[in-house]
This record gives sequence, structure tokens and C-alpha cells, in this order.
Amino acid sequence: MTEADIRKLVIAELGNVAPETDAATIDPDTDLREALDIDSLDFLNFLEALRKKTGVSVPEPDYEKLLTVNRAVAYLVLKSAR
Amino acid sequence: MYEFRMPSLGADMEAGTLVEWLKHPGDKVARGDIVAVVETDKGAIEIEIFVNGTMGKQVVTLGSKVPVGTTLAMIEGVAEEKPLPRAAPRAPVTAAAKAPPVAGPAAAALAEGVHASPAARKLAQQRGIDLAKIKGTGPDGSIVLHDVEQAAGPPAHRGLDLDRMRQAIAAAMARSKREIPHYYLATNIDMTKPLAWLQTVNASRTPGERLLPAVLTLKAVALAARKYPNFNGFYDSARGFAPAPGIHLGVAIAIRGGGLAAPAIHDCDRLGLDELMVKLRDLAARAREGRLRSSEMSDATLTVSSLGERGVETLYGVIYPPQVAIVGFGRIAPEATVVDGQVVVRNVVNATLAGDHRVTDGHQGSRLLQEIGAKLQEPEKL
Repeated sequence: MTEADIRKLVIAELGNVAPETDAATIDPDTDLREALDIDSLDFLNFLEALRKKTGVSVPEPDYEKLLTVNRAVAYLVLKSAR
Repeated sequence: MYEFRMPSLGADMEAGTLVEWLKHPGDKVARGDIVAVVETDKGAIEIEIFVNGTMGKQVVTLGSKVPVGTTLAMIEGVAEEKPLPRAAPRAPVTAAAKAPPVAGPAAAALAEGVHASPAARKLAQQRGIDLAKIKGTGPDGSIVLHDVEQAAGPPAHRGLDLDRMRQAIAAAMARSKREIPHYYLATNIDMTKPLAWLQTVNASRTPGERLLPAVLTLKAVALAARKYPNFNGFYDSARGFAPAPGIHLGVAIAIRGGGLAAPAIHDCDRLGLDELMVKLRDLAARAREGRLRSSEMSDATLTVSSLGERGVETLYGVIYPPQVAIVGFGRIAPEATVVDGQVVVRNVVNATLAGDHRVTDGHQGSRLLQEIGAKLQEPEKL
């Protein structure tokens, strides 16, 4: 997957876990918990959806590395390239 | 013949509007089936039936607002079933008003070649709106959520009406503060061991299989309530306190955009942690979509609330009547504490109890909190 594909995927899956919000319009450097008002349950759903689409299973110690759109994209680009 | 009636979905509910029949005359119905959708102040609630039989005549038309206890339909062929206690019908509230039809999914919402955000697509699909007919105001003319909201007009009946939900919360909480003499207790619980256990369990699991600390605290509360049943039940001014036959924890779930629901997870004390996690995940998703079931709205026997993820240290709960207690949890955070004369860092959560003084005293409350803490120290046994 290209970086653009991954970005599109991240935004789509954020939209699925928080459909009341519009993930496409948030600042990609803003903390997702604040921007989309998501909680730990939503975040797990987000990670599970990413795992199914990319094969990358994010371990708990890495959660902090996916707390913004840009950071999530960078993390997945790195991990999916391996 | 059994009369299927408008259920009471909370002490503050007086009436509901029938918006959808999911079973039709001649259809078989079984205990637990969802047969209708009723719009209440708390959103659209899926109504279950608790007898086996066949759907007979439906006596209330779609769009009618009727009082709790009103017969909605006749159920035929009900044999040796004990119907649930029924509320007496009250005086009619308002004349029946025709509700607009509920919009169904539209294939057009999935139209290819249209640039739209996922949220916009989802709402369009839910509301049956053709994206191709909407002018987008997002980047490069893409359609964003706001565009679909504009095109959709007022919200559909199935879903959440946050203004009405706020009114329902106001009514229940005002009644609570007016009628229930609350007392409050707080204590710190060492979460170091349960978190370490959780970390080990989760390490080999995919995100979809992992457990959250909330599952541990829920189960610990359920087990403590089993030991101290005076916190698990309902208070009625005429009859006093009645302990509940099961432990159905109401789980406070925040609704994005404002609002709160506290639907029940049934028999929490009997569920394994994995099962509890699945139910919690499902309940939170449906609460936010406005797809809760009648039994979930009416059966909670003790509420658990947590605001720890938002950085709150201590949660002072307001009891949801006619329940008699609410347990709260703040954030889990490292804290300097003294163990065996040494200052050490431990992960600590502040747990609170708001209890109804008509039913219990602080002494009993302190034992309940102590038991919750003790249960959490043995996470493998939860």
C-alpha cells in the first residue's frame, strides 16, 4: 500500500468508529481522542480494523504512536513495509 | 392470548411512539425477539418480547404516541407463559401523530465516482440520500458530513435525539437529587497487579481480542454486589428496597456530541471477562447508534461509570432511580505510595460509591468498595 492508500484507510476507519464525526476534516496532527472524542473501545476497534486491512497488529506499548492521523500513517507505512 | 404492551424503559418514561413493527401478523415470535421499535426520550429503543407465540392483531398504528402499559398487539398461541408484571395504562398523553416513514438504505448512497467522506457516505446510506445529487463543500468539492446533514433535514426516527435525551437525563437526575439522600465514599485501589495481568494477557492477542481495564472493574463490581446485595436493586417509596434477582450492571456510556446512556449488561457476575468485553463493545456501539433494546434500558440494577480516560481523578455519581447505588472510577495513574514502609510508585485508581441512605449506610458502602478492591487484586479469578 502507498502512503496515500494508508492515509485514506486511516481516515475511512476513523470514520467508521466515530461516524457522528467527520474524520476527513480534522487536523492530521491533532490528538484523535480530542478531535473525534473517541475512547479506548473506539481505539481498539480502529486498531482491529487497521489490522484486518494491513496485517499490522499494533501492540499496546505502541498505542501512543497512533494518536494522530499523521503519526498513525507514518507508523503503518513503516510497519507494512517490513 | 397475551397482550404485548408499551413497556416502561425507565422510571421517568410515561409514553413512547411506535415507529416500526419488526414482526407482522402471522409471524412466529419467541422470547427475546425484537418485535418493534419505540421512540422515547432516550432515543429509538428496540422492544423485545418475553413470550413465545404468534403475532396477532396490531392495535396501535405506526406513529402513535401511547402511554406505558397500552396494548400494542395481541400475541396468539401463548401457552403456560408467565407474562412480565405489567404497568397499568395511564391516561392518553397526546393524540396519535403520524410519523414520517423511516428512511431505508439507498443503493444510490454508495454511488461510485462520487467523492465523499466515510461519515458522509454512512449518513447518506442510513438516510437513503443519493450522494450524486449533493453538492460537496469539502476539499476538491468532496461531500462531507455537513453536506449530507443539510440535505437530510431533521433526524430520522431511528437514532438519537440529543435534545430529548438531555431532557430525559434532566428528569431522572432531578428526581434523584430530589428524592434520594445520597452519601459518598471514595477510596484508592491499587491497580498495579491487575494492569500487569492485563498486559500479559493482551500481549498475545489481536486488538479485537484484547481486554480493557473497564472489564476488570465491571466484573469486580458485579462480584462485590453479589456479596453485598443491598446495593443491587430498586427502591420504591411505598414498598421500600427490593434486591434484584440478577446483577445487571448499567454501564454509563457517553454519547459523542453530548448525552449519556446507561444500558444494562445482564448477569455480569456470571460472565467471563472475554464475554463481558464482547458485550461491552457491542453495547457501546449500539448505544451510540441509538439501537438499544428495551431490556437493556429497563433492567439495570446498579450503575458503573468511569471518566478516567478523560483525566478525571474522582467521579461523584448521581444514582439513577429507582436504583440505590452508583460506583465510579477515575483515571488509573502512577502515584507515590507507601508499601511496607517504603515509598514506591503504584498504578492507582480512585473508586467511589454514591449510595442511597434509605437503604444502606456508609459502613456497608465501605465494605462494598473494599470488596471491589480485593477482587481486583486477583484478576485471574475474575
